[in-house]
Amino acid sequence: MTTEVGSETEVKEKAEESAAETDQSEKASEEAPEVTAAEGEEKEKDGKEGKGIARYLPTWLKKQKSQTSPTKEELTTRESDSKDAQEEDGPVPEVNGHAEEENEAVKSDQVKEKEAESHSTASADTEPAKEEKVEESAEKSPEETAVTEEGEGAEEEKKEQEGEGEAQGEEGGGEEGHTSIFQSPLRLVRKNKMKQAVCLVTLLDGTDFTCEVEKRAKGQFLFFKVCEHLNLMEKDYFGLAYIDSHEQKCWLDPTKEIKRQIRSNNWQFAFNVKFYPPDPSLLTEDITRYLLCLQLREDVASGRLPCSFVTHALLGSYTLQAEAGDYEPDQPRPLDNVGQLTFAPNQNKEMEEKILELHKSHRGMTPALADIQFLENAKKLSMYGVDLHHAKDSEGVDIMLGVCANGLLVYKDRLRINRFAWPKILKISYKRNNFYIKIRPGETEQFESTVGFKLQNHRSAKRLWKVCVENHSFFRLNAPEPPAKARFLTLGSKFRYSGRTQAQTRVASSLIDRPEPCFERTASKRSSRSLDGAPRISITEATSENGRDPHLDLLSDSKSPNRVHGDNIYVRHSNLMLEDHDKTTDEVLKHQASISQLKRSFMEAPPPSPPQPNQWEKRLTSSPAPTIRIQQQQQVSLEEEIASVLLSRHSGYCSAPPACCTPEPTLDADLTPGSTSTLAATEESAPQLEDVSAAENLISETKEPAKTAEVEIEETVVVQEVSIAPKPGLVSVTSPQEVAVEKEVVVTVETKEAKQESVSSESESEEEAEYHPNVSVSICHTQIPEEEEEEEEEKEEEKGVSVPDGPSLPAEVEEEEIEKKKNVEEEVEAKSNNDPITTQATNGHTLPEESGLAPEEEEEEEEEEEEEELKMNGEASVVEAEPRPLVICCSEPPVVKTEMVTISDTFAAQKTEIATKEVPIVHTETKTITYEAAQLDGNGDGEPGVLMTAQTITSESLCTTTTTHITKTLKGGLSETRIEKRIVITGDCDIDHDQALAQAIKEAKEQHPDMSVTRVVVHKETELAEED
Amino acid sequence: MAGKMAGLMADFGHYTHAVVRGVPASLAKEALRSSQAEVDLAGARSEHEAYVQVLGTRLGLEVVELPADESLPDCVFVEDAAVVCGDTALITRPGAESRRRETEAMKAALKELNLNIVEMTDENATLDGGDVLFTGQEFFVGLSKRTNQKGAEILADCFKDYAVSTVPVLEGLHLKSFCSMGGPGLILIGSSEHAQKTLKIMQQMSDHRYDKLTLPDDLAANCLYMNLPNKGHVLIHPTAEEYPESVTVFEKLKDHMLIPVSNMEKAKLDGALTCCSVLITKRADI
Repeated sequence: MTTEVGSETEVKEKAEESAAETDQSEKASEEAPEVTAAEGEEKEKDGKEGKGIARYLPTWLKKQKSQTSPTKEELTTRESDSKDAQEEDGPVPEVNGHAEEENEAVKSDQVKEKEAESHSTASADTEPAKEEKVEESAEKSPEETAVTEEGEGAEEEKKEQEGEGEAQGEEGGGEEGHTSIFQSPLRLVRKNKMKQAVCLVTLLDGTDFTCEVEKRAKGQFLFFKVCEHLNLMEKDYFGLAYIDSHEQKCWLDPTKEIKRQIRSNNWQFAFNVKFYPPDPSLLTEDITRYLLCLQLREDVASGRLPCSFVTHALLGSYTLQAEAGDYEPDQPRPLDNVGQLTFAPNQNKEMEEKILELHKSHRGMTPALADIQFLENAKKLSMYGVDLHHAKDSEGVDIMLGVCANGLLVYKDRLRINRFAWPKILKISYKRNNFYIKIRPGETEQFESTVGFKLQNHRSAKRLWKVCVENHSFFRLNAPEPPAKARFLTLGSKFRYSGRTQAQTRVASSLIDRPEPCFERTASKRSSRSLDGAPRISITEATSENGRDPHLDLLSDSKSPNRVHGDNIYVRHSNLMLEDHDKTTDEVLKHQASISQLKRSFMEAPPPSPPQPNQWEKRLTSSPAPTIRIQQQQQVSLEEEIASVLLSRHSGYCSAPPACCTPEPTLDADLTPGSTSTLAATEESAPQLEDVSAAENLISETKEPAKTAEVEIEETVVVQEVSIAPKPGLVSVTSPQEVAVEKEVVVTVETKEAKQESVSSESESEEEAEYHPNVSVSICHTQIPEEEEEEEEEKEEEKGVSVPDGPSLPAEVEEEEIEKKKNVEEEVEAKSNNDPITTQATNGHTLPEESGLAPEEEEEEEEEEEEEELKMNGEASVVEAEPRPLVICCSEPPVVKTEMVTISDTFAAQKTEIATKEVPIVHTETKTITYEAAQLDGNGDGEPGVLMTAQTITSESLCTTTTTHITKTLKGGLSETRIEKRIVITGDCDIDHDQALAQAIKEAKEQHPDMSVTRVVVHKETELAEED
Repeated sequence: MAGKMAGLMADFGHYTHAVVRGVPASLAKEALRSSQAEVDLAGARSEHEAYVQVLGTRLGLEVVELPADESLPDCVFVEDAAVVCGDTALITRPGAESRRRETEAMKAALKELNLNIVEMTDENATLDGGDVLFTGQEFFVGLSKRTNQKGAEILADCFKDYAVSTVPVLEGLHLKSFCSMGGPGLILIGSSEHAQKTLKIMQQMSDHRYDKLTLPDDLAANCLYMNLPNKGHVLIHPTAEEYPESVTVFEKLKDHMLIPVSNMEKAKLDGALTCCSVLITKRADI
């Protein structure tokens, strides 16, 4: 048997290797049946197919399926011969996950693991069962989407397996039948019985909570049990941590089995705050705040959250007030208490005296209020909620990377030397022990740059990466990104944050309807906590010299002009873009040629008179590439113009299969259906901005001049894609192009898979993962000034735009909306023209929603309720195999209420600079040039369609604001996608207009080669200082 | 409640005390300067007198005036000798060797005021208070000719509640040679390229939003902001005589009580308005 096992392993490995060798672009070779394909290989293939199809499924469906996944259950019953067979379940997803996952397990581990694996699977009995299963899963490949859920766990699974293997040895059969090397298959059968494990969870008050869970329970099962025990409802800020075999604190993934994550059968956890709410006063329940307080007390006492003497004393005094109540002069008790409690790392008599002194002043304060005061002070500490990770910069200098709600902070010796706000980060990735962030180009750079940091090992890199992904998702997204979606463009780990985002949890909290639960504030017993014993990270001294350049390691990501780069906004697509970049070089060149052509004609055009935009009649040649590449590219820095480019593509073929093509559901659809309606942020029922120039014109007058010769540039790119909708009356519609795109995507993905497989065999070489912070979609409404938001809402209400929450009748809603939106549009236009400054400030964000210019209801497709695509690029609708029930459709509101996209706080600062009145700038020079291509069939104005989707994406870098507005409408069987991109560039240098324009057009063409430019508006505004 | 906030994020600009120092005769000839300007000692003295008068008489701060020390020609620029935030005072190690002893008297005075004194003993560290911009929410430390990374680190260690970010000072003597606070969340900034660049860096490094007010003259961007009971926002700024254009900008700050104070002579020595005092917030309950 051993021999057999060995051979199988070998074969598998070989298969993997061969997969690795497969050229990325050669999907065919992968799909072609491999004669030698070992079982493992087959499985891989199945997994792939499953994934391929899975992509055509909306996430909610996947979720459903995976939850009810018959495969597993059937398997369990069917292959009852041994648990072992079921155990095989593990490896299946693993195969898919392989590549992505860190193989920190290192080769030696891998070998071990394989041993374990093969031992557990090699029994002759299981073999047939396995095959059967393979077949089955081939049939029901969509079920493989279950993999999605677990894919990420692959690594852990792997390790876990290995760990189990090890543990078995240790356990010496104490517990039930583990698949030990020494165990007979017979013994293995017994494993089938559900086994319980006893979990020990250390709570924030220092007490332990024990509970039994099934060994195969997922993380969230335990987590929910703990929350239940704590009577905690606002649980999303918390998590369970465990110590991995490398003594590192890790977060238990709720979506994965516990035992696949922990090591060595050590079922010990700590309940901790995972996401520190930036404003604890917004928490709904006192108990939540209490728990947060407990965590912070611990953080402060341990030194993880540094603070000054006074703050220590102040926080300590609130703690005392909360726990001991009012200061009683007669009783010496509080003083004793003080001595027993740990408030600070270096607590001394002086501090205790100070605490007592302050405690006296809190007389009469309720515990809940004391907690609030505690939190109000703690949240202001600069290191509040900052998760620190040791790293080195490119020069090997020790630094710390801090992940927090706002982004990534770089520290060196306690000093903040750099900061990357989430909106500035385009991509987060890790590879081996390197951690990279790709950042949006700054004012002086044309291209994005990638900043790299070295971590201790690849595990730390991955951990940091995960923390970043989770923090970004939690704090910046309205709804988590579905991992299934992301997978098709991501290399490596498919890990995504799976919980609720802050936005969602706030909504959920607001629905909590119960009396404040009673809970007892116990005197904290914080001194030694198992998990907190993990090496404490603080910003420690490092040796290096002063005056370090704050810019670390700018690996210049130099790119040839031809290269299509920049995945600023369209995060996922950017990846796609990079993938097929090679193929399209020619196209790009072609585009460039046409750009220069356009540029020439632009140059020849007579200079327009300032306020009235000129209309050009000129069309750009477009090359119909099947891929829609929507991508924000490098922004021309410091231009002096506003350029807007409208691209449109018309195509009239109708090929959609009778099957429904459904745009993918909102990201959060499956996760928290309840809150979706309120949250689905980026979906705005937005207008198709027919009158773009109106919007553009406003820009011209905007900008509070703060300085002499400050310039503002704006570029608008509108991409139109028109295609024939398959059939009226269907639940959903997809343009043929999209299908095509989808296909291409498939190719890409397949390629990736191949790569991933190679990883598994090549071990570390490809350990990496990427994550694209989808900032644009995600901008939290938290950042919107409250007033503005309300205003917005009011406005909407005024106009009577109905805001269906939750499931409602789509068709009706649509009608209503349509009418109203028309009005809205007018208003918006008026407003835009009158109120340049407002528009400037909010334009990119609110405009779309306000001007929800809606298509007329007469459209026959009216009843086809189109799901809004959360996906920003309006690309790649998902083709669905089965018709989609209307009900489900409705779970995503056709119209989302207050969708607001705001500017990142940091950079917004620049915009809110003191208003004009306070600034000595006087003259403004304005120039606007408009180019407009002939509309193909008058689709633009004549025939309003049914609005399908609309999104606005705003991204900012230091002096550039890019607003991308995408609308999809359906008119008379044509689906039209318009992409309008507006880039506002602020700077005070001279810029080459021509170059700026050419650049804008080029970018537009590069990004949307299959679309055509229909309008270009260049607007330049120069503010001149008074020169007296 | 504000009173209970102790040192942490106390109301910005809510000063109660000011430490100043007399103008030594040696100032005219020996004080450090980047230009060759002739300094009129009498003029400098009368300007300083007016300055102190504004702080004490007009604004009602308790002014502690240290006597001038002839052996320390720059001693009037007390700001560089100490950074006070809350109830903690960091006694600096000035970048110019000739000025190191200025801290002695300062330390004694601050001790007298019952502040927690932290000294910068590290011989590799230098820090001038003029390079420290405290916004009320965080610190920016300019890395300049006078201030190095080590000095900034010690400051960060001293004021643990706050983020301390370093920014390069590309031109000018100090960070505050072209900027200062003009109110809560309002940064006054010069219009020179380096000033603007520095501001951009500060904005990037910060989790907070700041408004900015751009002044045509870099030096005019150095003002003294206070938020005083019964007086509200107070801005002590240079005179129209010195910076006519900038003063018109200040005049647009409608909510501020604007007090022009001449600084012509001291400006020749790179001394700005903030340089001549150390402002302290002392509270009864802390």
